[in-house]
Amino acid sequence: MLRGCLPVYRREMLILKRRFKRQLAGQAVSPLLYIITFGYAMGGDLHFDGTSYLDFLVPGLIAMASMTQAFAISTDINVARFYWHIFDEFQAAPIDNSGYVAGEVMAGISRAMISILIIIGLGTLFGVRLHYSLSFWLAVLLNSFLFASLAVAMAMLVKSHADQSLLTSFIITPMAFLGGTFFPLDRLPDWMQALLGFLPLTHASTAIRAAALGKPVQITSILLLGATAVAMFIMAFYSVNKAKD
Amino acid sequence: MITIRNLQKRYGETVALKGINLEVSKGELFAYLGPNGAGKSTTIRILTGLTKMSGGSAELAGFDIESDAMNAKLQFGVVHQYVNLDQELTVLENLDLHGQLFSMRKRQRSEKIAVLLDYVEMADRAKTLVKDLSGGLKRRVTIARALLHEPTILFLDEPTVGLDAAIRRRIWALIKKIQQQGTTIFLTTHHIEEAEFLAQRVAFLDEGRIVALDTPENLMQEVGSWAIDQLAGSEMTTTYFKNRQEADRFQVTEGFTLRRVNLEDVFLSLTEKKVLSC
Repeated sequence: MLRGCLPVYRREMLILKRRFKRQLAGQAVSPLLYIITFGYAMGGDLHFDGTSYLDFLVPGLIAMASMTQAFAISTDINVARFYWHIFDEFQAAPIDNSGYVAGEVMAGISRAMISILIIIGLGTLFGVRLHYSLSFWLAVLLNSFLFASLAVAMAMLVKSHADQSLLTSFIITPMAFLGGTFFPLDRLPDWMQALLGFLPLTHASTAIRAAALGKPVQITSILLLGATAVAMFIMAFYSVNKAKD
Repeated sequence: MITIRNLQKRYGETVALKGINLEVSKGELFAYLGPNGAGKSTTIRILTGLTKMSGGSAELAGFDIESDAMNAKLQFGVVHQYVNLDQELTVLENLDLHGQLFSMRKRQRSEKIAVLLDYVEMADRAKTLVKDLSGGLKRRVTIARALLHEPTILFLDEPTVGLDAAIRRRIWALIKKIQQQGTTIFLTTHHIEEAEFLAQRVAFLDEGRIVALDTPENLMQEVGSWAIDQLAGSEMTTTYFKNRQEADRFQVTEGFTLRRVNLEDVFLSLTEKKVLSC
């Protein structure tokens, strides 16, 4: 059980270390642009329920980054699988599927955490003061775990690198914009709110925002994120064998 | 050491392997030859756990590759025809990660890596990024990596593909050295002279079947001892002879080459038989 988890994780961390400066700069660009454009310039005078738009936006960006950066591990896995054939090295080694998945998921979570720390830093620079409580970090961790597991599963199931890009375009990008990141979902029609209630990111952004603003976190959101994360991990576990010809 | 029974592989309607039966002895250097698409790499991919078999069974050092996959994987090292090293990591990091995947202790890894880098004459390149190495050096790293966990079987899938003649010869010497230390080697190659130089036994694979299996000497004897190549128009024809006297008596009209029969002739004669029987 979990045999090979640490070497798989260490490999991703070694690569991350090599790319650290580039990665750091790359991960800071989008949130900085969102904060300046939407939070500072456009939403400067906006308030939702007595909260400034910038304070509303930053937790949303944290939820979004915990999803996109954790899911980004799928690109690295794909490049390693289809281009460099590194996946063959793992498959020929005496390691468990659970170990491989856990190592990659931990790498996805680590990437997400770096991104979240960048956003917290940028938010602080723009005067955003939030509550980084245990429930905040729990929601962030579950969301990263969920999307890193989904990333591994997708990376195993796709047949080419192009397929992976399509998945990002059709699943991750719409979720990033419609999962309660940039605006309160109660501004949308009821049917659309109901539909968006099925998205894990909706629950993540609700829970992360509530915790960050010092409000009570709905336990149902946390439970849903936890249950979905476990389901995704199991799916990733079974997907590893599908990657064989 | 390697036992393959009725190994089959299908990709949809395409049958890649049509029931391979093979025994490779401990310490043997066995060459598995055939044209492109014959099923050589598919066999290695199945034996090393990268591809699922459609039928049959295989054992490595007595461990079934499906029901006892973990133990079977501990028995072999593999060098693929492509370089599957982490380009952004150093030689040392690549080797060390491999050792970790095989649950080797830190001290054991360090000692073994030092020995192997010396063995492949790359001790001074330990901290070089793989992307900065030449093709030949990368290949040597993959060989060192495959040997790190002290496997009893080494699979070499086209280990010299894309390398120039001088580097190829160095890799051959390395392969010989590995085999002399008791490792069983299963080699696939396009370079027939590579098999002739290295292998103790050779199997020719064609369209998913083994069409010939014997020592290189026996296989060559079946074709003859001497050969004359003649160019007639744009077509090259080869005639085989049992001995030099027969070859000397052969009447040739244009430029020709008299030479000893090699494994390539065996390969060509097998292929021609197949063509004639079509």
